[in-house]
Amino acid sequence: MHLALFLFFGAMCVAGALNLLLQRHPINSALSLIVVMSSLAVLYLLLGAEFLAAAQVIVYSGAIMVLFTFVIMLLNAGREVRTHGSKLAYAAGFPGAAILLGLLAFIFLSHRGEFAQAKLGEYLVTTGDLSQVLFTKLLLPFEVTSVLILIAILGAVALARKEH
Amino acid sequence: METGFLPFLLISLAKVIVVVVIMLMSVAYTVLLERKLVGRIQNRWGPSRVGPFGLLQPLVDGAKLFLKEDLMPEAVYRPLYILAPMIALSCALMSIAVVPFGADVRWHGVDLFQVTDLNIGLLIVLGITSVGVYGIALSGWSSNNKYSLLGSLRASAQVISYELALGLSLVGVVLRTGSLSLRDIVNVQATHGMISWNFFGGFQFVAFFIYLMAAYAETNRSPFDLPEAESELTAGYHTEYSSMKFAMFFMAEYANMITVGCVATLLFFGGPTSPFGPHILSGSGPVSTALLSVFWFVAKVFGFLFLYVWVRGTLPRFRYDQLMSFGWKFLMPLAIANIVVTSLWMGLTMPMH
Repeated sequence: MHLALFLFFGAMCVAGALNLLLQRHPINSALSLIVVMSSLAVLYLLLGAEFLAAAQVIVYSGAIMVLFTFVIMLLNAGREVRTHGSKLAYAAGFPGAAILLGLLAFIFLSHRGEFAQAKLGEYLVTTGDLSQVLFTKLLLPFEVTSVLILIAILGAVALARKEH
Repeated sequence: METGFLPFLLISLAKVIVVVVIMLMSVAYTVLLERKLVGRIQNRWGPSRVGPFGLLQPLVDGAKLFLKEDLMPEAVYRPLYILAPMIALSCALMSIAVVPFGADVRWHGVDLFQVTDLNIGLLIVLGITSVGVYGIALSGWSSNNKYSLLGSLRASAQVISYELALGLSLVGVVLRTGSLSLRDIVNVQATHGMISWNFFGGFQFVAFFIYLMAAYAETNRSPFDLPEAESELTAGYHTEYSSMKFAMFFMAEYANMITVGCVATLLFFGGPTSPFGPHILSGSGPVSTALLSVFWFVAKVFGFLFLYVWVRGTLPRFRYDQLMSFGWKFLMPLAIANIVVTSLWMGLTMPMH
């Protein structure tokens, strides 16, 4: 059962990502991105990270993507004009992506023993466990990240403020 | 108890069907309640012709909406125009799955009054609510009508803004419980009746009022019903919808109202527990416990629905800039202050583990 769900939502994820690139209308691309985000949430859930799954849905599918669609609707962006792209992108992009993929696959497969093992639908991280780690072991990175986000918010406010 | 996969599937399916049917029936009768009450507030009778006291009016309304012609304007963006009401209604009906309607009564190991108890029940409700915005946003955009677009832009901006205050107002309750499971949140409040409710004994009344106001904005209800302000926007985001597609938006709105009422009941008013403590009017045997707990739950949710209609009949609509500044400059700082005070209180009174 878990395997079937994993395969289904993994396929949804990849299909959504491909559709995102192939669609010509921005709003369809944005909706495909929502499908990708939500399928990712299900994958997190299958790996037992329930809080992460809920946060993924609330933050990414619910808030960030709403802003995306909101902006697309507000600008009323039409169909995008397809160019054939630069030669450089074709020449360097595809081999580059292939090399990156190969490298990542190689590292993950060769160092398999050093990563923690997670089985589908077994290892459950409760919200309590997660916050325990977040506020003891990882306190500094956590706080630094929140300060970073705060700075980003202040920057956005400073940029958006009208000159008097 | 570990059950096999097939029995689990069948039991869940049966529970889902029962809950959805009850939900849709209560949606229909909430509409009637609203029409009746607003009628009385405005010194008229409301629907009174079909059946005794107009009680069969929802059935007739449903039949009318089914039989109406389903118009689809030429210039709409078809896939999203059809998808939008489905998103709205399914999101509105989904979050009820984690709500416990009654006491933890089990029959052969099956929880009778809750579709499923999840560790992250509260987050599921929040997540589904936040995805529900797409129904409104896409309906306005795909209708290709400026009124619809303006209505849906207003709605999405409003919902994103008030979602923050809504989510933050619940943190105080979660802090007090130490769990996101709705069943646990109810059980914490079940010890001493009314005194142990989060609203009274938990000193979460500030959080409750923040939640209530944010929830009114979240469900696009008056006084925050700017997305469908008829004097400015005709009917807002569902201007171009007719027949069952319109009915789906309509049902989604009322289903959301009911969900909000359920969540408020569970989080601040003890859910299905008796207000007089666990010994008075909360049942002795399993049958009376089940019936009385459902009675208390329904009574509390009904109170919220009544309040919804009362507010709609009483308060005028906000102006858009007032709405935004109220949400961002008043409710959100207040919610954060509530979190700080609650955690300080808990840190000072409870021993550290």
